[in-house]
Amino acid sequence: MELKNLIPIIHLCEHYSVETSFFDELHEAGLIKIATLEQTTYLHQDNISNVEKMIRIHQELNINTEGIDAVFNLLQKIDVLQNELNKLHNRLRLYESDF
Amino acid sequence: MNYIDYYKILGINKKATENEIKKAYRKMARKYHPDLNPNDKEAEQKFKEINEANEVLSNPENRKKYDQYGKDWKHAEEFEKAKQQQQYYGGRGQRTGGQFSEDEFSDFFSSMFGGGFERSGSRNVKFRGQDYNAELQLELEDVYRTHKRTLTVNGKNIRLTIPAGVRNGQVIKIKGYGGEGINGGPKGDLHIKFTILNHSRFKRDKDNLYTTVDLDLYKALLGGEVIIETFDGKVKLNVKPETKNLTKVKLKGKGFPIYKKEGKFGDLYITYRIKIPTKLTTKEKELIKELAKLR
Repeated sequence: MELKNLIPIIHLCEHYSVETSFFDELHEAGLIKIATLEQTTYLHQDNISNVEKMIRIHQELNINTEGIDAVFNLLQKIDVLQNELNKLHNRLRLYESDF
Repeated sequence: MNYIDYYKILGINKKATENEIKKAYRKMARKYHPDLNPNDKEAEQKFKEINEANEVLSNPENRKKYDQYGKDWKHAEEFEKAKQQQQYYGGRGQRTGGQFSEDEFSDFFSSMFGGGFERSGSRNVKFRGQDYNAELQLELEDVYRTHKRTLTVNGKNIRLTIPAGVRNGQVIKIKGYGGEGINGGPKGDLHIKFTILNHSRFKRDKDNLYTTVDLDLYKALLGGEVIIETFDGKVKLNVKPETKNLTKVKLKGKGFPIYKKEGKFGDLYITYRIKIPTKLTTKEKELIKELAKLR
C-alpha cells in the first residue's frame, strides 16, 4: 500500500472535528478499512467520500454507527434497485410504440 | 427576494423553545438529508431550506434579529441600520465536503446575516474537492459512434470523448473535473449521467437493435430483396420465398456498438410485417380468385 494515497486518521479527526473512536467504531462495524503503518492509523483516500457521508449522517442527523450501517445498506439497495429500474425502463421502451 | 418564513419551514410556531426547534430540525433533516435522498433535487432544495431555517432559529441572537426585522424586511431604512450593525456571521458552518456549499443560502439569508460562513478546522490538510453531477441528453444516433463534445459545467468548458455504445441512464466519471480541492488537494470528479433519446426507427435493448420492415405480399410470397437504412448505411437483405408475417431475421454484428469494445457490435433483429394490398382492381380480384381455386 502506497503511503501517498493514505491519510492519517488524526488529520481526519482534526479536519472533521470527530474523535478517533468514531473511526474505530466505523472500522469495527466493517464500514471502513483502517491501515496501520508504524503505529499510525490511516484511511485510503478512495474512502473519503463515503467517510464524509458517514460523518455528516452522524453529526447532522445524530445517527450512531449501527444506524449508519443500516442507512448504508439501504442506500446500497436503493442503488441496485435504481439500476434495475433504469434497465427495465430501457427495456420497456422497446414496447412503447407500435413495435 | 421574498420573505422566507423559517418557522413555517420547520413546522413550528413562533414561541417554539430551543429544544423544540432542535427536535423539529432533526426530524426534518432525517427526512430530507441529501445523503439519504440521493439524486433527489426536491429533497436537496428542501434540506437547504430547513438548514437555513435552523441556522437562523437555533442561534438566539440571529433568531432575535429575524423576529425583529425578518417579517418587516421591506422597511428598508430600519433594516439597513440593522444590517450595518450586524457582525460578520461566523456560525456553525460545519458542512465539510457536502452535497452543496455554504454560498447556496438564499438571498434573503445573505442580506440578513451576510454570507460569511467559514469551514471549520480546515488547517493545512489537503482534501479532495467535491464531486459534481451533470446530465447529458443525446440522441441514439449520436452514441452510435465515439465522438467528442464540449460541455459547459459550472462555467467551464470541458472537451469530452463520448464512447460509442453508452447506455441510457449510464453514469461515467470524469476524474478531476469536479470542485477544487481544499488546501491544494486533488480536484473532485465529474459524474455525467446520460439520457439517450430515441427518435430513430430502431429500438435498442442493451447492444441489440430491433426494427420492423414492411414487406409487400408478392415479395413475401416469391422472395426478393429489400434495402433497409441502418446507422451504418444501407443494407440489402434477401427475402426468402414464402416468408411468413412477423418472421424475424437476425443480422449478426449489425446492432449497436458494444461500450468500450472497439469494433464489436450487437445484433440487428428485423421483423417483417407483410402489407396486404388494398384497393384491388377487378383484374387483380379475378386473378386472386383463380389462385384461391388452385389451393
